[in-house]
Amino acid sequence: MELFEQTAASLAADIKSKKVSAKEVTDALLARIDAHDKNIGAFTCIDAEGARAQAAEIDSRIAKGESVGALAGVPVAIKDNIHVTGMPTTCSSKIMKPFVPPYDAFVTKKMREAGAVFLGKTNLDEFAMGSSTENSALQITHNPHDFERVPGGSSGGSAAAVAAGFSPLALGSDTGGSIRAPASFCGCVGLKPTYGVVSRYGLVAFGSSLDQIGPFGRTVEDTALLLSVIAGHDPKDSTSRAEPVDGLNAPLNPSAKGLKIGLPKEYFETDGLSDEVRNSVLAAVDALKSEGAQVQEVSLPMIKYAVPTYYIVATAEASSNLARYDGVHYGSRAEGTDNIIDLFSKTREEGFGPEVKRRIMLGTYVLSAGYYDAYYLRALKVRTRIAQDFDKAFEQVDVIASPVAPDTAFKLGELINDPLAMYLSDIYTISTNLASVPGISVPCGTDSKGMPVGLQLMGRRFEDARLLSTAAAYERLSGWNGKIASL
Amino acid sequence: MDYEIVIGLEVHVQLLTETKMFCSCRNQFTHEPNSNVCPVCIGMPGTLPVINKQAFELGILGALGLGCEIPELTKFDRKHYYYPDLPKNYQISQYDLPVSQNGIIEVEVDGVRKKFGVTRAHLEEDAGKLMHESSHSNVDLNRTGTPLLEIVSEPDMRSPQEARAYLEMLKLILQYTGISDCNMEEGSLRCDANVSIRPRGETKLGTKNEIKNMNSFRGVEAALTMVVDELLRQTEAGEAIRQVTWGYSIDRNQIFKMRVKEDANDYRYFPDPDLPAVHVGRDWVEAIRARLPELPLAKKDRFMKDYGLSDYDAGLMIQDKKMADYFEETTRISNMPKEAANWIQNDLARELSSRKVAVEDTAMKPEALAELLDLVSKKTINVPTARRVFMKILDGDTASPAAIVEKEGLAQVSDTGPIKDALEEAIKANPKAVADIEGGKPATAMFFVGQIMRTMKGKADPEAVAGVIAERFGIDPEILKSNKKKK
Repeated sequence: MELFEQTAASLAADIKSKKVSAKEVTDALLARIDAHDKNIGAFTCIDAEGARAQAAEIDSRIAKGESVGALAGVPVAIKDNIHVTGMPTTCSSKIMKPFVPPYDAFVTKKMREAGAVFLGKTNLDEFAMGSSTENSALQITHNPHDFERVPGGSSGGSAAAVAAGFSPLALGSDTGGSIRAPASFCGCVGLKPTYGVVSRYGLVAFGSSLDQIGPFGRTVEDTALLLSVIAGHDPKDSTSRAEPVDGLNAPLNPSAKGLKIGLPKEYFETDGLSDEVRNSVLAAVDALKSEGAQVQEVSLPMIKYAVPTYYIVATAEASSNLARYDGVHYGSRAEGTDNIIDLFSKTREEGFGPEVKRRIMLGTYVLSAGYYDAYYLRALKVRTRIAQDFDKAFEQVDVIASPVAPDTAFKLGELINDPLAMYLSDIYTISTNLASVPGISVPCGTDSKGMPVGLQLMGRRFEDARLLSTAAAYERLSGWNGKIASL
Repeated sequence: MDYEIVIGLEVHVQLLTETKMFCSCRNQFTHEPNSNVCPVCIGMPGTLPVINKQAFELGILGALGLGCEIPELTKFDRKHYYYPDLPKNYQISQYDLPVSQNGIIEVEVDGVRKKFGVTRAHLEEDAGKLMHESSHSNVDLNRTGTPLLEIVSEPDMRSPQEARAYLEMLKLILQYTGISDCNMEEGSLRCDANVSIRPRGETKLGTKNEIKNMNSFRGVEAALTMVVDELLRQTEAGEAIRQVTWGYSIDRNQIFKMRVKEDANDYRYFPDPDLPAVHVGRDWVEAIRARLPELPLAKKDRFMKDYGLSDYDAGLMIQDKKMADYFEETTRISNMPKEAANWIQNDLARELSSRKVAVEDTAMKPEALAELLDLVSKKTINVPTARRVFMKILDGDTASPAAIVEKEGLAQVSDTGPIKDALEEAIKANPKAVADIEGGKPATAMFFVGQIMRTMKGKADPEAVAGVIAERFGIDPEILKSNKKKK
């Protein structure tokens, strides 16, 4: 097995036992990136020098017999809206250029302490707003399974990097499906943890009440490994959970015996759900059933309002979070203005792409005097109702299973001029963010075009470990085996 | 027509915390621009605010001092406006669930006690400062994130004098609670006013005018008086009153128009998703209430009742809590409240002010003043000698007053022998004065009081001196005491 094919868990074990050096692993992955990323465009920035230095440091500590962390020598890729000290954070936006953070995000600090080697930053839809990574102002990212197709979004670069064998692990962020959708499109595992499990400190905010950083891996075990490193209370994030989350450091228990799985009828009744996706997902659920799970229908009646609710809450928060990019303090500044209002306007006019502008305008509108009650306040009430739907369903079942997206990866350019269709591609993922519950995408086969399909599993709040165990139980049955796209 | 003046004040005070409102930067004035900042207070992408518990508690303490209720639930909201000194382009403030509301301040105006309502007092972060140059402006963010308590009054004041009295009492109460030093000149207390006029008997508010930048108590009264005059002039001239925002120049003692408002600002307030709402437990409030000191007017009443101070003296004694404490301590030891009050408001106040020393730092401790009062009351020394001893201690003599009197032989002489000798000597040298007295100008005998005091280096007992002179010339001794009674 080539080094780039190995899982993070096996690389960590081999590096620790000196079967292979961190430097060899890093070099192997940098070589693969060098050979193939020109066709994929996963990375916005590759820090070969920094990665080699980190690897050398790990090797020297292992040589000296010092204790090293759980990710010692394991290469990782970081979505380019999460800070790594000294590496530019672009958010794939022109307006951020040239912003270089002077501090590590909570998660990257934890990963650094665990010995991870940062290969570089990965492409995303500008400020994580999109479902195809086509909204990046920097570059296009191609799906490693079919270069004509999108990798999904917004964490398309991270998903593509993992699926292409550039990195066994990657970080993404998920506001409405931005980890799970690209994981599904690219055929890897992606988890959006329960809101509050992972600190948001050092993640450039999009929709603060929805944003959650999460791990990508090619296996559930690797995904769980990265989560165990990045989870934990952070006093700098008041929304991070103070109490420890059960089971994140325990080994997975991949069993479906006695597990109650719910199938939300509203999810399977949606127009636009492709037969192939429906069949793959139902087959996956059947496989779990054959392993001893009980399957029943559940209902999430308020789900039909999830997309409009999401596009009010997320855009309202985004319009506020993105107000700071004005040319005065950070990032780019428009030239040739002679007063402050023009400086603000022109900087933002030139710096933001069309999707970001659209969302800022939507968000500004719904927060405006006279509209606040009708839109924002109402959306918060619906959001509560959606969360209550999940609570009710989780009284009956342990895990809810559904598709991740209505279809497999679409073609580059196919939906870019139809924002509403693009928004609807998130229809199955958005509600977990609104309800603050965890969701995972795990590969469940391919469609007739050979494109991967994802099974989404959703769990109770802070039962992220159970979700991972369930995903691991299915993974054994799926025969996917951490497959890497053949490039 | 008879018009009624309606005034409400909005006051911002900086809280005396160790650190800023939402980060761990020191809360202190820093000269070098942008040297007391961190990623959080400059709103760097990826950062998150964390509520400063000390600021929160000081806010509650101050609000309790203003008689406010503390609701069980409070939250922070984002207030949006674009300005270069506000790095996030929103201010974290409180909108519909402030930390406190419905207070009352009792104020003395021309000897009459009146109650003015406090609508609310809420917590927020301060902005930075702009420094304008001819071609550009510089931004200094040292002040950004300083904790503020904004105190909004009801429109209860009916004259500029009442507004000033309210503000002075507000300042005094907040200084008593210790939450702020309330220095208007240095900007730790800032006051904006809303003012309108209406025909007496009308209950609706007239069109309001605002006044900003009145950075002294005198300025508040002066600017309000000028704006009221302008409103009356416009009304009497039949002009419609426009909603004008005025500035005030203390140097020129003038008001000037800053802007004429057409539309209300839309700040697009919404709950800050980075800061969960705070449940303020009743135990917590009571623990904070236990830290509340006796408030100024209660103290004044007690000083009048317990110590027999006049309204005037008691009013002076409470103008500074530390001065009031000094008075009480001196009185506790000496049991001479009236004399203590006289010394404190005259000699001590004058010397502290000219030497720029705080009452708690003066070398003249309450114990020493009490001892001095005791020496005077026992006629060991006379008042002029007591002043000399007082000055010696302020000038650095660390001995006690009694020890200084002993050491320097300052005890007063009541024995008439030396006084008579001194008088005879003076009579010989000043035959004209003698002739004047004997010729029907008994007041001229005062001249000999001064002569005797000079000869005896001020140590003579003034009563004995008066007795000796009166006897020698056969005049009424009261004539010789008249100059002691000047006020």
